[in-house]
Amino acid sequence: MLSYIIRRFLLMIVTLFGMSVLIFLLLRLMPGNVADILFDAGGYIDPAERAQIEAELGLDQPIVVQYVNWIGSLLRGDLGYSYITERPAIEEIAPRIPVTAQLALWALVFSVVFGVPLGVISAVRQNTALDYVLRLISLSGLSMPSFWLALLIIMFTVQYFGYIPIYTATPQSVWESLAMYAIPAAAVGFRSSALIMRLTRSSMLEVLRQDYIRTARSKGASENAVNYHHALRNAVLPVVTIIGIEAAFLIGGLIVTETVFNIPGVARFLVESILWRDYPIVQNLVMFIAVVVVVVNFVVDMLYAVLDPRIKYSD
Amino acid sequence: MTQTAAARLATGAEAAPAPAAEPVLAVEDLQTYFYTRRGLLKAVDRVSFSVGAGETLAIVGESGCGKSITALSVMRLVPSPPGRIVGGSVRLRGRDLLRLSEEEMRQIRGNEISMIFQEPMTSLNPVLTIGNQISEALILHQDVSRKAAMERAVEMLRLVRIPEPERRAREYPHQLSGGMRQRAMIAMALACNPKVLLADEPTTALDVTIQAQILELILELQQRLGTAVVLITHDLGVVAETAQRVIVMYAGRKVEEADVTSLFDEPLHPYTRGLMGSIPRLDMPETGTKGADRLQEIPGMVPPLNALPPGCAFAPRCAMATEKCQAEYPPYRELRPGHWSACWHAERLMAGGA
Repeated sequence: MLSYIIRRFLLMIVTLFGMSVLIFLLLRLMPGNVADILFDAGGYIDPAERAQIEAELGLDQPIVVQYVNWIGSLLRGDLGYSYITERPAIEEIAPRIPVTAQLALWALVFSVVFGVPLGVISAVRQNTALDYVLRLISLSGLSMPSFWLALLIIMFTVQYFGYIPIYTATPQSVWESLAMYAIPAAAVGFRSSALIMRLTRSSMLEVLRQDYIRTARSKGASENAVNYHHALRNAVLPVVTIIGIEAAFLIGGLIVTETVFNIPGVARFLVESILWRDYPIVQNLVMFIAVVVVVVNFVVDMLYAVLDPRIKYSD
Repeated sequence: MTQTAAARLATGAEAAPAPAAEPVLAVEDLQTYFYTRRGLLKAVDRVSFSVGAGETLAIVGESGCGKSITALSVMRLVPSPPGRIVGGSVRLRGRDLLRLSEEEMRQIRGNEISMIFQEPMTSLNPVLTIGNQISEALILHQDVSRKAAMERAVEMLRLVRIPEPERRAREYPHQLSGGMRQRAMIAMALACNPKVLLADEPTTALDVTIQAQILELILELQQRLGTAVVLITHDLGVVAETAQRVIVMYAGRKVEEADVTSLFDEPLHPYTRGLMGSIPRLDMPETGTKGADRLQEIPGMVPPLNALPPGCAFAPRCAMATEKCQAEYPPYRELRPGHWSACWHAERLMAGGA
């Protein structure tokens, strides 16, 4: 087990190294740098001034040197300075992370809390009216773009309640956090919950056909015990994998949601920084997201071993 | 349908060979139908039988004869839809199980009637420990704590002779061999000391050497606990060693029943004869010439239940079949005391001897 974890850890380092190269190259492949963008706004380019800016930011150096400089300072814990605000990048990024983290967490909670039980109900009541309704909802969840759903939610809430909680200050308690993020989290989480529901349903249907379900019934177990104790324990395994993958996809949904709901989170900030070619912010932020995704997937794999006794990570 | 009325009377009076005061389990005129797209399938068609305490009844037949559905009907675990029990009664010590609510039926399952299934590899839940799965029945039916139930589960594992029961109780099904798993299934089924044990081909999926051990174990525990056993099998060798009475089923109906000695001495249905003829025997005459010592087989297969012939269901495969067999279903008659058969030509079999 320990040797597996160590191997996994080394593999994570390799993955992150690959990620860093990819981010770095893609960012440089984008046309223009921060100097171009600045001059573009003014509509006039002074080649000498431009060269000076590039020299100050180190953008005139060979690309390999730039990469080594970045990674070197990153490993020392130095994220550099934002090109735009000229404040340390860490000060720009750090305060926005809890905002997005809370939103993402609530979205994940929303998708699991609704997706898994509704999937079970849908499977247990297969081919009833309830099943059809639930499947229709989940299908619409998968096919509705989240920005559109977010706009609809805003319109309806404002229309019928005349009010929508907006992001004002950092929430002080869990309940404040929930109140503030519930609606945007639902907008992001709806798609994931639809996916989780469909997966839970098909996985449950598969499991309910197994012989050991009949054995459980023959022992006199109640329907609830059969469905939630015997079947769900088995059916949840593929769902857990999807939750890990969804955690990565969530980032994409968050960009839209933070923009629509005007939440000062990391995802919206990332897009703005890309538009400004603010390399220190973009590089480090994407690396941070990559670390989160890699760690989440590692945790999911570990969880797998806990949930399924047949899986043992050994040499 | 005078013969079914007669059959009903007979099941009441048939306790003659092993006079147990009152049968523990009495099934009468059980009818389980499947309503499928291919039409109405009469999987169990007016089947009656009874078993007394400590007695073993064997239900024999090829695959698709309705044996397993009969057992599942007694448990009321027939998958529904498409299956439905449409008639008859299943009396457990006089109480008709078919009239109980689902809630009351749950109190019976695993407590008064238990079942062992054919496939030990797939019949245990892979993500729950063996001990957990055995103690579940105890927690459900007896007022015991989780801890006490677990201790009792370990005891049960010791009873079915699983070595190191404390360790095995903490293990998962995939860590046990097929024979071990079937022992664990038996421990699970017997945990609440049921009145009736339905064993649906309990040894079919196991190695031959393990088969004998498992059967011996079931019989020993039956003697010790006084359980009534309904043994479903297609293996007549198993029947001869274990059962007191035998029912032969074909295409959802009983075609013959007798106590085990009469059945083997003088089978009164060509189907039973066919089944017996297809058992390999060591004392078969070795003629030395080609073909003479070939194992007999029953030609053809069990007809699909939606395409049963109008007369005797076995007629298309029967060497003795006449026009009468093809036209009309034979009555179920008592030809010798306690020995019943549904064949127009049973007398010819009697005359011909064994």
